[in-house]
Amino acid sequence: MSTTVNHIPMPARAEPKLLSLGPLEWARTNLFGSIWSSLVTLALGYFTLKFAVGFIDWALIKSVWTVQSDAAGKLDPTACRIVKGEGACWAVIWDKYRFILFGRYPYDEQWRGAIVIALFLALFVISAMRRFWRKELAYIWIAILTTIGVLMWGGVFGLVYVPQDLWGGLPITLILSTFGLAFAFPLAVLVALGRRSTTLPAVKFICVVYIVLIRGVPLISLLFMASVMFPLFMPVGLNPDKLLRAQVAIILFAAAFLAEVVRGGLQSLPKGQYEAADALGLTYWQKMGQIILPQALRTVIPPLVNTFIGFFKDTSLVLIIGIFDLLTSGKVALAEPIWQAYSTEVYLMLALIYFCFCFAMARYSRGLERELGRSVRR
Amino acid sequence: MTPPDAGAAIVLDKVNKWFGPLHVLRDISMSVGLKEKIVICGPSGSGKSTLIRCINRLEVHQQGTIIVDGTELTDDLRALDTIRRDVGMVFQSFNLFPHLTILENCTLAPIWVRKMPKAEAEAVAMELLTRVKIPEQAKKYPGQLSGGQQQRVAIARALCMKPKIMLFDEPTSALDPEMIKEVLDTMISLAEDGMTMVCVTHEMGFARQVADRVIFMDMGEIVESGTPHEMFENPQTDRLQLFLSQILRGH
Repeated sequence: MSTTVNHIPMPARAEPKLLSLGPLEWARTNLFGSIWSSLVTLALGYFTLKFAVGFIDWALIKSVWTVQSDAAGKLDPTACRIVKGEGACWAVIWDKYRFILFGRYPYDEQWRGAIVIALFLALFVISAMRRFWRKELAYIWIAILTTIGVLMWGGVFGLVYVPQDLWGGLPITLILSTFGLAFAFPLAVLVALGRRSTTLPAVKFICVVYIVLIRGVPLISLLFMASVMFPLFMPVGLNPDKLLRAQVAIILFAAAFLAEVVRGGLQSLPKGQYEAADALGLTYWQKMGQIILPQALRTVIPPLVNTFIGFFKDTSLVLIIGIFDLLTSGKVALAEPIWQAYSTEVYLMLALIYFCFCFAMARYSRGLERELGRSVRR
Repeated sequence: MTPPDAGAAIVLDKVNKWFGPLHVLRDISMSVGLKEKIVICGPSGSGKSTLIRCINRLEVHQQGTIIVDGTELTDDLRALDTIRRDVGMVFQSFNLFPHLTILENCTLAPIWVRKMPKAEAEAVAMELLTRVKIPEQAKKYPGQLSGGQQQRVAIARALCMKPKIMLFDEPTSALDPEMIKEVLDTMISLAEDGMTMVCVTHEMGFARQVADRVIFMDMGEIVESGTPHEMFENPQTDRLQLFLSQILRGH
């Protein structure tokens, strides 16, 4: 005979809290744990401090913010020349910021460029918010991009016409990267799907050739081809302008890289997902659109954004075919004799602008990963 | 082989399939009548999963004919769409869509394939989720459910398409022992309602209880078939005897 023991489950206890270290205690264990650790901490601390102090001294304390102009209205850079090597000459930015931001766009019309930049920023912010992710967003894009076109070209609504070769600065960088990625991404998805096609060998072959060819050449050579070689093959008068040709080159180049990223996402999905969709009778496009791509793209957000950031900066390569993007404008601004010596200041400002955009993209992708990952955690 | 009778739900005639040099299905001929419940068993690698996956063309057979619900399986995509709409499938690894809620998993195919209005699809889905006894999980994601619950959702998802035939490919093999029963109970109630079912399973208790016929496969061919009683009490071939002794040893 066996007797039954009535087992009472053990009550749950809270996890014990770790005693939090005070800042001093933290520093002692993490920074000065051993002799070597202490030495490295001291050495790194010394160099960091020295660099920071030097930079602040140069950028803020000994720097010159404005320079006097003489009776004729010409700027006199003497003040900058005196502190040269010890302090920054921000006067060059003060004098040239409009040229750097808008390039050779007519001075009196540059407010249009400013609105274009603001519109682009608004577009990015709206597109980033999940609550706007619906069909209407496509109309917003079309509306804003049309407005941007109208503002840049003018010629209607009493706006002065500005030919495309006068466009420049940040608007050009934003146009090239926004249109570039907006067209490259859908193209990349199609190419990635084509490359994995099992039923259409011809499509697969074309996609593979496209990816291999485009990925195998530098963007610079593609841009050269677009700007120099392409017009040779076209009949006179039937030649799209340089900006459009560069834009197409960037789209084709970006799409080849993005396609491989997307393909990685497609490969990461278990075969069962494809089979379950097939077994339910979904068509190929329903299966891809509803089941496969939503999951595949989610998993590749980090490399996708990595590629986006890379391409945002790569648009600056249009410099070599003479398109006035942000970097070119900065370079040309420095061509003025009195400012030639102050390239550091200008390049720092350009770096800061590029950094702001790239940092925003990186932060946004982190948030997006976290938000979308919530439902899929298995 | 007798000519395929018109009333049969599934007819296979001399079906052959190879994976490279591997001859996985060898002259398989069988038919499944309307409302018939078939259990296919056999050692691993015997071709039973491949066979059931050929019925809705997740695998493509190379010789022979397969006729499902009066439509022959060929490269014709439209015929395939018709068949897949009417044949539900439940997988060993559930294969729920992890990015969709339980309810969305169930309504997706009716909305997109059957063009059912969303409200109606949701009503049907909730009814079937109630039937598999998990209506309260409708708003959760698959990752938040236990294996047994996920498999019951997978059954409900297939049923939402109102299929005429249900295929089960080892539906309980990936489950913990205490969850097997809840899935089998669901399948038993489905069988009692008169669904045409083909199940690949090792659950002999289930076979005894619901199967009209048991088919034993080994090395890509049908070795023996008959009622559960005939098969389990009086196996004719040494291969089935060996298989039964191996499978029952653990029970």
